Amino acid sequence: MPRPDNIGDAGESESAVTLGRFSGALLDPGQPTPAGLVGPNGKKADKRYNVYRNNVTVGLIGALFDIYPAIHRLVGDEFFRAMARSYVRERQPQSPLLFRYGGDFAEFLERFEPVRELAYLPDVARLERAWLHAFHAADAPPLDSAALAAIAPEELADQRFIAHPATRILRSRFAAVSIFSANRSGADLAGIDPGNAEDGLVTRREFDVEVRSLPGGGAEFLLALIDGGTLGEAADAATAVTQDFDLAAAIGAMLEAGAFTAIATRD
Amino acid sequence: MTDIPTWRDGNANADFTDRTIPARAGAGLKPSHIDQILQDDYRIGFLEVHAENYMGDGGAPHRALTAIRQNFPLSVHGVGLSIGSEKGLDEEHIARLKRVVDRYEPGLVSEHLAWSTHDTSYYNDLLPVPYDRATLDRVCAHIERVQDVLGRTIILENPSTYVQFEQSSMSETEFISEIARRTGCGLLLDINNVFVSATNQKYRPLTYLSQFPLEKVEEIHLAGHATDIDDEGDPLLIDAHDRPVDDEVWKLYDIVIGQMGPVPTLIEWDNDVPEWPVLRREALRAEGILEKRSANYLLGSRHAAAG
Amino acid sequence: MSKKTLVGASAVAGAVAMALSGATLVASTTAASAKEKCYGVSLAGQNDCAAGPGTTCAGTSTVDYQGNAWKLVENGTCATMELPGGRVGSLEPLDRDIPA
Repeated sequence: MPRPDNIGDAGESESAVTLGRFSGALLDPGQPTPAGLVGPNGKKADKRYNVYRNNVTVGLIGALFDIYPAIHRLVGDEFFRAMARSYVRERQPQSPLLFRYGGDFAEFLERFEPVRELAYLPDVARLERAWLHAFHAADAPPLDSAALAAIAPEELADQRFIAHPATRILRSRFAAVSIFSANRSGADLAGIDPGNAEDGLVTRREFDVEVRSLPGGGAEFLLALIDGGTLGEAADAATAVTQDFDLAAAIGAMLEAGAFTAIATRD
Repeated sequence: MTDIPTWRDGNANADFTDRTIPARAGAGLKPSHIDQILQDDYRIGFLEVHAENYMGDGGAPHRALTAIRQNFPLSVHGVGLSIGSEKGLDEEHIARLKRVVDRYEPGLVSEHLAWSTHDTSYYNDLLPVPYDRATLDRVCAHIERVQDVLGRTIILENPSTYVQFEQSSMSETEFISEIARRTGCGLLLDINNVFVSATNQKYRPLTYLSQFPLEKVEEIHLAGHATDIDDEGDPLLIDAHDRPVDDEVWKLYDIVIGQMGPVPTLIEWDNDVPEWPVLRREALRAEGILEKRSANYLLGSRHAAAG
Repeated sequence: MSKKTLVGASAVAGAVAMALSGATLVASTTAASAKEKCYGVSLAGQNDCAAGPGTTCAGTSTVDYQGNAWKLVENGTCATMELPGGRVGSLEPLDRDIPA
């Protein structure tokens, strides 16, 4: 096949093993060892090339074990390993920062036939992803309650807040927060009804990531604030879905969790 | 005991100890060892981290590394630059490396003679490059670019290899010598990699070492390897970093230190990581050799002088 | 200009005041526990797990690159939860992953 003139100008021969060919077979054990790779004295290099295949595959499966420990515990060692291997072959990391790998593992779980029955699995994975995001998020001081105390009472309802970089909210049709927490702490899952819808809040005040489940209206309240709404608007959003929404408890929880870093200054 | 920094004292302007890496033994830093390292009466010579693990925005990893850096010299070992890439370096990644280097002021910055990224996929392994002219030119250009951005020289590590490229037209030592000559970069001699590659490619490690430009070596790596067999039943060693350094590698290390004098020496243990005292024991064994050789190395060396 | 909200300004102010009386307590206990924390693995419940993956510059002696056919082993915790209708969430045998 003719090649464009602009490649091969550095003296590569037609038989050169390009890195594209080297990498192309790494995650596909069905492909032969790329031509042009040999052992010493021209001997066969199949098992030798397989060392690289193995390093890559085992390394990436290991990364998924580290990112998704609750999913691992839910499905067990052997199942997780095989499932992760399928994912690794479909999706390679797009960054050398390995903690960013597996960003769409939840979507993979949604269409992965063998876990079809476990409909809550993708949301648990999303929570684990949010946990890792929070773990590496930028440092920022949690909102000091003194800053809120310094505001004149009649102006409190008009205040807007800046979300902490770690803060994430997950809304689930399942008991994703309870399932996540029980699996990460090694607790018994027997009492959990997976069909119980839960909203989760992920935060990091200083260095420890915290995950808590939100009462009815809590997600609406926090999402409104994260979107830049005022405290009054957020209270409205929560009350619209939960009539007996406990505003004082929600504000207390938001301060305790460190969900916000500062009061937004007026423009 | 050290005070635990919070976000308030932060770490962007933390007060760090001397930048120089002493010609002693160091260890690859594992999060599970940090508290013990800080409390240990034995003060390890230096610690080394993978740059990529500290490229997150904030949180516990930076807090821990700040505490380490306030107490020990640090070297930064990159594993993700993919210096052998066919399609150029990732400028964003070089910028991330610069942020880590600027923040933690390491005494040494190293990378691998390998590639790990092709197109946009990152393979999380150190893949081999062919030793030919085109690759040499490319690798040199990449190292020069990295050194320009960082504003300092880096040191380049010799790889563990399992295959050869038919297209290679020079030996690994010729290839590495030429890179160092052209770019002015220093070298990181991984003696376990020498032993692994020599066994896998059927040459004598001492021949390799005699051809290696030892005068450019600024750091040595030691690690354990696993043993497998190739298609014909010949030994195929795997650079697994999952066990103590092999006795044959210790012998080579003793010879190298005898020839070049004391050099900063890192014990790497990345898989099946043991308790800290096991790693410390390996470090002490390296220090024993460094001290023995230091005593009879009359001329001294630039490392000993700098340390 | 502030928009008129259904929850009145005084109700919001009252809620903030109530929250702040409790929040002071929270802030001081958090500060106290920070001193006992270690650098490696955090002591706080959910954070006991691994802090995500690290990079590697090593190979591995664990062999797992081929798609070996494997049998389903129910050793996960998912089977301990009851799904609606009295079913137990279970895993389907995965047999599409054929050895090379």
